[in-house]
Order: sequence, then C-alpha cells, then structure tokens
Amino acid sequence: MSINQKRYILLNNTIMMQKFFNIKTLVSTSIFAVITAAMVSCGGGGGSTSGADSTASGSSDDNTLIGAGSSFDNPLFSKQFSEYNKANGLKVNYQSVGSGAGISQLTAKTVDFGASDAPMNGKQDSAISAPAIHIPITAGAVVLSYNLPEVKDTLKLTPEVLADIFLGKITKWNDAKIAAENKGVMLPATSIVIAHRSDGSGTSNIFTTYLSKVSEEWSTKVGKGSSVNWPAGLGGKGNEGVAGLIKNTPGTIGYIELAYAVQNQMPYAKLKNKAGNFITPSIASVTAAANIQIPADSKVSLTNTDAADGYPISGFSWVIIYKEQKYNSRSAERATKLLKLISWMIHDGQQFSSALTYAPLSPAAVSAGDAILKSATYDGKPILQ
Amino acid sequence: MVTRSDLPLRVINSTPEAILKAKKRARRSFRQIRTENVFKRTLSIMGLVIVILVLGILLTLVVQSLPSIKALGFKYLWSKVWDPVQDIYGAWPFLLGTLLSSFLALIISIPFSVAVAIFLGEYHPKGWLPNFLKNTVELIAAVPSVIYGFWGLAVLVPIVRSFESSIGVEPVGVGIFSSSLILAVMIIPYAASLGRSMINLVPSHLKEAAYGLGATRWEVIRSVVLPYTKSGLFAGILLSLGRALGETMAVTMVIGNTSLIPKSIFAPGNTMASVIANEFTEADKPVYLSALIELGLVLFLVTVVINLIGKKIIDRFTNE
Repeated sequence: MSINQKRYILLNNTIMMQKFFNIKTLVSTSIFAVITAAMVSCGGGGGSTSGADSTASGSSDDNTLIGAGSSFDNPLFSKQFSEYNKANGLKVNYQSVGSGAGISQLTAKTVDFGASDAPMNGKQDSAISAPAIHIPITAGAVVLSYNLPEVKDTLKLTPEVLADIFLGKITKWNDAKIAAENKGVMLPATSIVIAHRSDGSGTSNIFTTYLSKVSEEWSTKVGKGSSVNWPAGLGGKGNEGVAGLIKNTPGTIGYIELAYAVQNQMPYAKLKNKAGNFITPSIASVTAAANIQIPADSKVSLTNTDAADGYPISGFSWVIIYKEQKYNSRSAERATKLLKLISWMIHDGQQFSSALTYAPLSPAAVSAGDAILKSATYDGKPILQ
Repeated sequence: MVTRSDLPLRVINSTPEAILKAKKRARRSFRQIRTENVFKRTLSIMGLVIVILVLGILLTLVVQSLPSIKALGFKYLWSKVWDPVQDIYGAWPFLLGTLLSSFLALIISIPFSVAVAIFLGEYHPKGWLPNFLKNTVELIAAVPSVIYGFWGLAVLVPIVRSFESSIGVEPVGVGIFSSSLILAVMIIPYAASLGRSMINLVPSHLKEAAYGLGATRWEVIRSVVLPYTKSGLFAGILLSLGRALGETMAVTMVIGNTSLIPKSIFAPGNTMASVIANEFTEADKPVYLSALIELGLVLFLVTVVINLIGKKIIDRFTNE
C-alpha cells in the first residue's frame, strides 16, 4: 500500500519539481547572463564611465582625501601625510600605482589628486574633461650606476658618450671615448652590459627625455617615453630590478633613482652638464638644477638644465588637480582641505625631503607652485587667498 | 499503474497513526528529492558560471583589443618592432620568447618528471622515503613564483653566467636559457603527480602476466606500464606546458626583458605575460593599452590552440 503511495508521491513530486526547477534554472541562467554582460560592457567602456565616479567626491567622509600616482613620490608622501595627519587630523589615502595610472584615475574622477613624474601629454590632456593644473611637489634625479670592480675613482661621463653607450655604439669599457674623459683610470677591456627599466616608469621618462635632448640620433631612433624600444641591453623590473642586474653582472651600467642609489650605497657616475661642469648627483645639485626660470604652468623638464651647478638628469614630480574644484557634488570644505594640504606640502612639508634623499623644491619652484595653487577655484571663486 | 483516484482505496490501514506515518514518510521523501535536486542544480550552475566566466574573459579581451586590431591589423602577430614611442606594436618577439622558453623548459623537465613518476608509481609506491619525495615534489608546486625568481637571480643566473663564459657566448646570465631552467623546475610536479597516479592505475594482472612471461622490470615498464599510461603522462606534460606559457613573475626576473628578437637560447628575450605585467600600469596611450590587451588575447589563444592539439594527440593515443 504505502509503497504505491510513495511511488505516486515520488512521481508527482518529481514532475512538479522538475517543472519548478526548470523555470528557476532559466531565471538564474538569465540573471548570470545579464551580470556577465554588464561586467563585459563595463570593462569595454575603458573605465571612464560615470559609474565609478562616486569614490572620491561622493564619499561622505570629507576628512579623508584620496590620491593616486607616482611610486617615486610614495616614501615622501607617506612621511608628509602622516605628519600632516598628526598636526591637522586630515587623512590622506595615497595609492602608489604609477604616474600613468594616477593620471587616468584623476581623469576618471575617482581621486582628489593625481601625482606624476611627467606632465600630462597631449593625449592625456584631450582625454580629461576639465582643465587640470600641475603643482611641482618635489624633485628627483636619475643616476648612472655601474659595476666595475677594478675602477676605484668615480667614473666621468659626457652626454655624447652616454648616448652612444645606450645606443649600443660603444661596446667596450676601454673605448677611447670613455678613456678620454677618465684620464688615469684603468678601464677594463670587458664588454659593456646595459641595464634599463623593463616596466613603464617616470624614471625611464626622465632619462630618455634627457638623452633625446643631448643626442639627435637618440631622439630620432628611440625617442622619449615611460617605455621605449631600447636598442640594446637588459631590462629589470623596478629600481631594485635594475640595481640587481648592476650588482650581479660585472661590466654593467644602468640608470636608477638617486634616492635608491644612495640608500643602497651603489657607485654612480659624474655627468657633464650643459655648462660643461662634471656634476656629482646629490640633493644640492638637483635643487640647483631646479633653480631656473619656471614657466607659469610649471610643466618644465629640468633635464639638461641651464644651471651651472645643476645635475642634468633631474626632474620635477607634480601633484595634479582639477582647476575647477566643484565637480561631482564635491563640497567646498573638501576642496579647501585639498588645497591647504598641497600648499603645506610645498612649504612646511619640504623639511622631510632631505632625510629621504629627495631634493627640496627650489625657491623658484615654490613661488611658481604658490601662484598655480591660487588659480584653483571653487564654483568660479578662488579657494586660497 | 497508479492513478490519483486509486490511492485512497489502497490505504487499507486508515487509523490516524498510520495516516500520520504515511504523511511523515511523504514529507521525508519530498525533502530527499528536494535535496537531490538542489544539489544537482548547484552543480549545473557552478559549471555554467565557469563557462560564462571563460567566455566573458574572452569577450572582454576581444572588445578591449579592438582599437589595436583596427589600428595594426593582423601584421601585429608577425611584425618585429615594439615601440611605444612611435605607437608601433608587433608581438612576434614576445610570441617567440614565450614559445621558446616554454618548450625548452618542457624538454628539460620531461626526463625528471617521468623519472619521478616511474620511481614513485612503480618502484617504491609505499614507504617513508617515497612519501617524503612525493611531498617534496608537490611542495615545488606550492612555492610562490616570486621566490623562484629570487632564487634564479641570486643562484642560478651566476651559475649560468659562468657556464656561458666557459662555452664562449656573451656572459650575461639572464636570458631565455635561465628562464627555461627556472620554468623547468616549476613545472615538474604537474607531470610527475599525474604520471604517478596513472602508473598506480595500471592493472596488476597485466604486469603479473608480463613478469610471468619472464620480462624484467625494465621490460615491464617499457612494454606494459608506459604504453598503458602514455595518454595520462602526455596530459600531465600538457598541463605543465600550460603553466609554463602563463608564468609571469619568475620569468620576468630572469629573462632580461628586451624587445629584441633573441638570437640564441642564451640571449635575453621577453615573454607575452611578462610584457603585460611590466608595461600595463604605465601604458598611457589608448592603442598602447589595447595592444597590451591584445597580447593577452594572443596568449589566451595560444594556450587554447596548444590544448586542442594536445587533446587530439591524447585521443589518438587512447583510440589505438
């Protein structure tokens, strides 16, 4: 008896459940399809869609500012923001994602400020919806480090020799062109191994900008950029990657940030500047390089500087913000806090530079920065007086 | 045949307890069926999600590569210059670097993985030493790749450099050869583990029959075990090739990262995965970014094609 009953119920239930679940499966399948389609189309939009805009400006917490960009600036910014937080209670969340990524996040309005080792280029300028202003925030230098165990003196290089080495035209350390500048130094007869950055970086940008200025051949064959088509050599990821190649391979020459070279006690070459002096890269010679006539928008390259005691491969790093701070329903208070923070960074904040091997801003750069900050507006009215 | 109208008549014992019991039983079976169906449904949804995810990734890659495909066309695949400054992109050096380093790694790793599989599967299936060896081999797969990169840079590269200077090529150390060695170590466990379990599955009566005919151990392995397990071994090798093609961190640390076409296996080169990892964050031009994503698409397709070829070969093996 009950067996039959059970069978009936089983049968009936199975049919019922199957119908029920078929419908449900259909529904859930279509939901998944919709979600996937949404994900795909979001990704296809190039990240500049308005959906992501709410992060920085819509956030109710006006006591936390968000920034993103240059990894070169990160150690200095960490110190500055923590000191500023102690004094003023303002939190700054800085993501060290790289200069290019910082600019794209500013373009997408997901951050309050971007930081970059290179000013925005033409394509980036046309991508951004409103004018942005650049404020020089610190200066750094790129040095030529080498691994020549036999050489005890500091190597001297001229721009021509440097370009020829990186073009792959000078291939031996005892080449007559190198020897001519380094009289009395015993140069080995080994091959030159070149080390460059494999990742896109502001460091490469400063270095290739310099080479493009001093060498016609470099400018036409390779050009400048955060990633270029290197005619010769090995690539290392990050400063530590290039430094690793230099340390491990005798006969290597490569370019790294001054701060990294100093902290890791790596030897670096003196370089002849535009005025004809051989300059040892240091905080002082970088600040000197920045003490030149600075244009109103501050978008100037310090490479191959005119300053007589300036190190020629130096460059500013900039903080980039929108000139009109009223966008995406940002509050006036938030805009004021941002401007005050940046103003503090270029004045009082500079005292933390030297200890971290950053070059403090030159007086010319600070006054240019002040003028630019005053041009920022909220709803058409200037923010800082 | 049970019909609805039959049922009440068939309930002979219609005391309240019996009815209650029957109802309980009915509820229980209803629950059982529901659990069964929910489980089945969960499985099919999970399967579906995976399929949708893979198709979604492919679609995203295609959509995002469109600007680059439009600008560069199909010559992207075989043009030799990668110059972000001039906006000229050619994937050939990286395609070559990826295939060269992965297949070289495969060739280096096969003797080791097959030997480990035979040793653990046939000679010493049990005991503390084989267990230890087995766990060690599996540990190789668990070590993060950045650690292999460090080890490669600190230990392997100087050894390769002195080897290079002894055979008279330019002693750089980093390059395709070094990255192949690192990759070979990293992919051994995949082929070895699968091979070992396949060898364990060889029916013992086959082996006993061979021994009964007077075969030596080597002869049994050569003519019984290996023919029986070749599709499994091949599947393991294919799995390890897939791993080698996509490996990024360890490779980028030792391959030398140059966009020049490698002249020999000792020359520095670059792989598609490491170019993407290196240049993605600072790709500041739309076509540049799109060209990098297209590189990802090419890598995806290369993996798919190699897997399809592998499946065909496995099918042929098993149909013999």
